[in-house]
Amino acid sequence: MIQIINTGVANIRSLQAAFDRMQQPWNLTENIDDIVSASHVVLPGVGAYAAAAEAIDRLGLRESIVQRLNDHDAATLCICLGMQLLGKASAESPGVDGLGVIEETIERFDTTVQVPQLGWNNVVPSPTNNQTMFEPGEAYFANSFRLNSPPAGWNYATTDYGGQFVSCLWQGNTLACQFHPELSGKWGQTLLEKWAA
Amino acid sequence: MLKPRIIPCLDVNNGRVVKGVKFQNLRDAGCPVELADHYQQQGADELVILDVSATREARLAMLETIESVRRKLFIPLTVGGGVASVEDANRLLNAGADKVSANSSAVKNPELINQMSTRFGAQCTVVAIDAKRDPAKENFWQVMTRSGTQGEPLDAVNWAAEAQNRGAGEILLTSFDRDGTRSGYDLELMRAVTAACTLPVIASGGANSVAHMVEAFENGAHAVLAASIFHDRNMTVEDVKQELTASGVNVRI
Repeated sequence: MIQIINTGVANIRSLQAAFDRMQQPWNLTENIDDIVSASHVVLPGVGAYAAAAEAIDRLGLRESIVQRLNDHDAATLCICLGMQLLGKASAESPGVDGLGVIEETIERFDTTVQVPQLGWNNVVPSPTNNQTMFEPGEAYFANSFRLNSPPAGWNYATTDYGGQFVSCLWQGNTLACQFHPELSGKWGQTLLEKWAA
Repeated sequence: MLKPRIIPCLDVNNGRVVKGVKFQNLRDAGCPVELADHYQQQGADELVILDVSATREARLAMLETIESVRRKLFIPLTVGGGVASVEDANRLLNAGADKVSANSSAVKNPELINQMSTRFGAQCTVVAIDAKRDPAKENFWQVMTRSGTQGEPLDAVNWAAEAQNRGAGEILLTSFDRDGTRSGYDLELMRAVTAACTLPVIASGGANSVAHMVEAFENGAHAVLAASIFHDRNMTVEDVKQELTASGVNVRI
């Protein structure tokens, strides 16, 4: 069973529809036990950084989510804002603590490009990775903030939008995507299937 | 960098896709779920569904249509038509839309744009503008509402800039004069709007060839919307993308 964390600020119908097509049962949860024991957990994210962080704290889920994200045997998927929450903080909501799973902070895109980045862009895995997750592909993005440089110890992919940024991170069964795999056509569906398998 | 997007548009009335000329004389063009799936298989980058129905019953049927389309669709879906409140937008998002487009109601109550953007984010908030060229003035376009039946005392270019200031994330720009005429997008309108705001702008109204799409991209469009060209089976999305690639436009393959 895939447990989707209900931060209350995310529009997750598309993600649920993707799991339905894959015939993967899912449930929307606010429960610590689900996050600790589920085979698969998703931290979705559309919406504001502060609102999502507050929702996680209000539900008392911070510690269990961090613990799970540090255990790379547990299958955990973070999407869009969910990936940004891995960082210590974000320029979007100064003073709000992220999950701090990685040391980096999330920055706004360079002022030379339009925000939000809205549309399809290339996702290219780094040649230094020691774990293959996907072939280079095209993915759908909807974001104004991004992770600038890869944290040590993670496999990653980059995307060019006014300069390279980190569009995906993975390690073991932990996967974090700045793009929306559920909206990224067959390529995205293949990635979701691989993570859920 | 971002790829120019090709977006088939489905005008839906009472559960069926329809297509008209200058917003009139609607004729049947198929089942929305079948067409949506068909176009995504052909490589559409995104889909727009506009509710053109007039009755309350048909509006409720629309939510079911959106749910059915969402079950099939693994590309982004924008839904518009008759969105009068944040609650209307919320219902469409819950049914499976990724973005919601507001048109007449945003003109009547511009605060709706702020409210949608605050609640759902700019990336969810699309403002659709139907612009009609004023032949008496040079490069002036009037905003039309209520499916093009009502002229507003509003400059379409200024309105696009205001929509951005209020938190819109994207503009769906339809040339009322070109809609369904197959005479190409209104390029001057496209240039004027992309000069006045920095949001992604979707060109709509008048496409009949890949050359028209190339022109739109050259004049600042981030995406092109087309209906007749696809519904009439003149070209598939795949055909269009192959020709665009050959013309040097870097689309998603």
